[in-house]
Amino acid sequence: MAMRFAAIAIVSVLATAGTFVLVGPLRGYAETSGAGALKAVSDFDTIVDTRARSKAIFEEASRVLTHPRCINCHPATRSPTQGEDKHPHVPLVIASNSSLGPLGLACSTCHGPENRPIVGSRMKSIPGNAHWSLAPASMAWQGLKVSEICQQVKDTSRNGNRSHADLITHMGEDHLVGWAWHPGEGRSAPPGSQETFAALVAAWVKTGAECPD
Amino acid sequence: MSQNLLVNGTNYAVDVDDDIPLLWVLRDTIGLTGTKFGCGIAMCGACTVHVDGIPVRSCVMPVGDAVGKPVTTIEAIGDTAEGARVQRAWLEIDVVQCGYCQSGQIMSATALLAANPSPTDDDIDAVMAGNICRCGTYPRIRAAIKLAAKAG
Amino acid sequence: MSIHDKVNVSVSRRHFLIGASLTGAGLIIGLQPSLSSAATGDLEPNPFIRIPADGKIALIMPSVEMGQGIYTSVAMLLAEELEVTLEQVVLEHAPADPTRYANPLLGDQITGGSLAIRGVYEQMRKAGASARVMLVNAAARGWGVSPETCTAEAGQVIHAASGRRAAYGSLIQAAASQAVPQEVPLKAASSFKLIGKPIRRLDSPEKVNGTAKFGIDARPEGVSYAAIAICPHFGGKLRSVDDKPAMAVKGVKQVVRIEDAVAVVADNTGAARKGLAAIAIEWDAGPSGDLSLAELEKRAEDATTSGKALPHINEGDVTKAEAENGPVHEFVYRLPILAHSAMEPMNCTLHVRKDSCDVWVGTQVAGRARQAVADVTGLPVDKVVVHNHLLGGGFGRRLDVDGVILAAKIATQVDGPVKVTWSREEDIRHDCYRYLNYSKITATLGPDGLPMSWRHRVIGPAVMARWLPAFTRDGIDLDIMGGAESSYAIPNKYTEFVRHEAPDGMLTGNWRGVGATRNIPPIEGGIDELAHAAKIDPLEYRRRLLQHKPRLIGALDLAAEKAGWTNTLPRGKGRGIALSEDFGSFAAMISEVSVGDDGKLKIDRIVFAVDCGQVVNPDTVDAQILSGIVYGLSAALYGRLTVQNGAVVESNFDDSPVLRIHETPKIEVYIVPSSEAPGGIGEVGTPGVAPSLFNAIFAATGKRLRSLPIDQHEFRRV
Repeated sequence: MAMRFAAIAIVSVLATAGTFVLVGPLRGYAETSGAGALKAVSDFDTIVDTRARSKAIFEEASRVLTHPRCINCHPATRSPTQGEDKHPHVPLVIASNSSLGPLGLACSTCHGPENRPIVGSRMKSIPGNAHWSLAPASMAWQGLKVSEICQQVKDTSRNGNRSHADLITHMGEDHLVGWAWHPGEGRSAPPGSQETFAALVAAWVKTGAECPD
Repeated sequence: MSQNLLVNGTNYAVDVDDDIPLLWVLRDTIGLTGTKFGCGIAMCGACTVHVDGIPVRSCVMPVGDAVGKPVTTIEAIGDTAEGARVQRAWLEIDVVQCGYCQSGQIMSATALLAANPSPTDDDIDAVMAGNICRCGTYPRIRAAIKLAAKAG
Repeated sequence: MSIHDKVNVSVSRRHFLIGASLTGAGLIIGLQPSLSSAATGDLEPNPFIRIPADGKIALIMPSVEMGQGIYTSVAMLLAEELEVTLEQVVLEHAPADPTRYANPLLGDQITGGSLAIRGVYEQMRKAGASARVMLVNAAARGWGVSPETCTAEAGQVIHAASGRRAAYGSLIQAAASQAVPQEVPLKAASSFKLIGKPIRRLDSPEKVNGTAKFGIDARPEGVSYAAIAICPHFGGKLRSVDDKPAMAVKGVKQVVRIEDAVAVVADNTGAARKGLAAIAIEWDAGPSGDLSLAELEKRAEDATTSGKALPHINEGDVTKAEAENGPVHEFVYRLPILAHSAMEPMNCTLHVRKDSCDVWVGTQVAGRARQAVADVTGLPVDKVVVHNHLLGGGFGRRLDVDGVILAAKIATQVDGPVKVTWSREEDIRHDCYRYLNYSKITATLGPDGLPMSWRHRVIGPAVMARWLPAFTRDGIDLDIMGGAESSYAIPNKYTEFVRHEAPDGMLTGNWRGVGATRNIPPIEGGIDELAHAAKIDPLEYRRRLLQHKPRLIGALDLAAEKAGWTNTLPRGKGRGIALSEDFGSFAAMISEVSVGDDGKLKIDRIVFAVDCGQVVNPDTVDAQILSGIVYGLSAALYGRLTVQNGAVVESNFDDSPVLRIHETPKIEVYIVPSSEAPGGIGEVGTPGVAPSLFNAIFAATGKRLRSLPIDQHEFRRV
């Protein structure tokens, strides 16, 4: 998975952990909720201006990018978030340079190649995928506006050195991206499907890969 | 179905479903009770064992995922250089209190030192944050890991 | 907790047994369940010592080991006077037998209340000394010399003049014919070889290599494994269950129904849990099915304002003082519902037979566990054998036998032994909770700013009414009121108790620190508030009120010195004091915190000084204070259970978080040297955590917190 080989220097941000107590409710779970459909590319045909159409298509695609299943592993710091409310991952996980966690508490210490059902808990499963890992630091999306995420996605220094064509392939075929629509019991999926999402990304590229203002 | 497991160098044929967590096969079927049940959802680390050298939470790992890979538990971790050093440091610092979480703590600490022979405080936090101790042995765990690192 | 001598179990109850000479089998491997040894031929000069002809000397532990280091400390006490080295002994769990193993201060076979060392400090030394005297007398008689010319050392009697030596094991026959001495001199502290020295824990090696056996590790021959679902609603019942999906799971043998729970029995716990998850259970929620936390809090609020109050302490004339001094300062402190969350989930293994029963469990109350099983099974109590184990944490949870009763009900329906293991979810949702505790404090100050009157109303359940009725007085739970008397010299003082019980079916119990964790937060927060109102430094304020408490002042001064109390802190940082005098120990804690502009709290440092009298093992004191503080930090920062539909909502470490290593601040523990009687230590670290944080946060931000947990509050600087 090319995305994981991005050779970008990463600064571990442990300082945000420490002994801080986050104010407000700490941990909560939303039930699985259908996020509904994703608009088809044809739904944007009425927008005559190509640039405007491109921007609108990205806005629609961003409903996936900013969904908790995706953005929880594109955090602002090197620690993932989790749950529908994007609370800090419990236990504390520091992704480390590999984005796979330090040996000793790697992602694979808990996350397997598939979602793992668990019994007796409010949590119904532990999510998993063969490539389970955090996005590289360069791909931190949390806290960004959609327009900023868009600029980042296009920037080869911050997208794993992907061409536009690579982006379509990545979004459309990557197994870990695809996991988002099969998140296991107890978690909501982003809207649409990987196919409709990939079609939007392709249409966005085709229309000039314009970013929302 | 029957699963073939290699645990601490010994082969075991166990007749359980492949989705039964490894923890229960180790504890109940094989009888290695040093590995502990604490939460069942990979939140506390008490059940940590090494599979193929990687620490895993055996309470959520289906036994089927461990087939064909060497499993090491607390009962045999002292056979590794790092494990022996960690255990000696645990005795030297007298880390344990109730002791229930300590198998998991030692398995995590051993994995930490195997990968990182001289961990900083932040490195220790990044690995050991996955293991809960209700007796509050954390300060001594930190001291023991540093002692074990020095002995390496 | 100021529990006083209820039953005087003295060394006069010692008995010794000697029979045909056999080897002391089963004495040389680690921690052993105690075996009846009437036929072994070993010397048993009292219930705590068994000396075989060969091999190690067995020391039988009257208290249980749940992390607090008591096995090491008790072994030190026995070995000190018996004159053996710790390498020469093995430790045994005591059997269930309150007639021999009751804590002298509790009158029952109970490990709790930080009473173990206080209860057995003399008892164990006398037990060791009397055995030594018998062995010395036996040797002297055999050698035809005066016992006064003999000494004992490292398991041998020595006659220095003739150079003769005899190992204890060689003397057991002769010693058995010696009278048990009624009075034995004990060593002066200056001669201690073990007491007061930092001795490594005797249970460390097996806890480090995975061989230590906790209750959950019991595997009697032919054991089956059960997973249980208990009715989630307080006082609710089982309505129906379809067991077919469970029976279809490989390894599942049986589904057991009892009044308020379902158990799936299988050939491993994983299959039992899988089977349990497969079945749909219908519960009858019962009378409490619509209760929410908001309703429970409202009831506690009502009890605070208008509950029936029973007077506890009445000194001076508070009403008059309130009229003469003013204004009246009033604070209400509110503490939430807490679980214990010991790392070892509740479990119990039983083999119920027609005429007898074996029980494998880790319990703080072995005698009560035995009685409970006898009650459930209808067996005579002497047909129930309790094999006690190491406890994977107690914290008060294993002072109750609800888990034993539940397992016994299930086991009566199962052929062969069955181990009932609770899930973490069941463990948290069916705890014997530290229930809501509210405190209303009303005070007036004199012209010097010091309190003239102090009124403290304590609202909470009367746990002792069911658990230890002797520890109630005229309807007042003396444990819930523990520490409420407060150490401060205030001329007019009035404390009262409002009994406020949890809803039926919600068990409430003892939680680490008992009364003190309820009452120290309001008292130490309240005194801090008064110091602020009087514009007097909170340390100086306390000192002025504690001139009659030199040991508490000693701890306070030591903590203040180590914490650098007089050093000015930058903006956004603050220090807070909390004192406690309980469990026979005197403690001062100073927390130092930072609060960022974003309202984030960081605990920079905790300094703790304690005068706990004569220390048995200073390393244990250090460990137990650390432990109590970390336990208190989990509760202070995060601890709070909520209730919906008459059921506890939280269920595991994801939604009921506890402190982890990266959240643990630097903690420094200092011991005030003392030759006073030993005090308790297991619970001493916990009560001051929350109030020292309240006070430190106030110093850092000007915001006064009066309820827990702290993470429910916003405290940007004001």
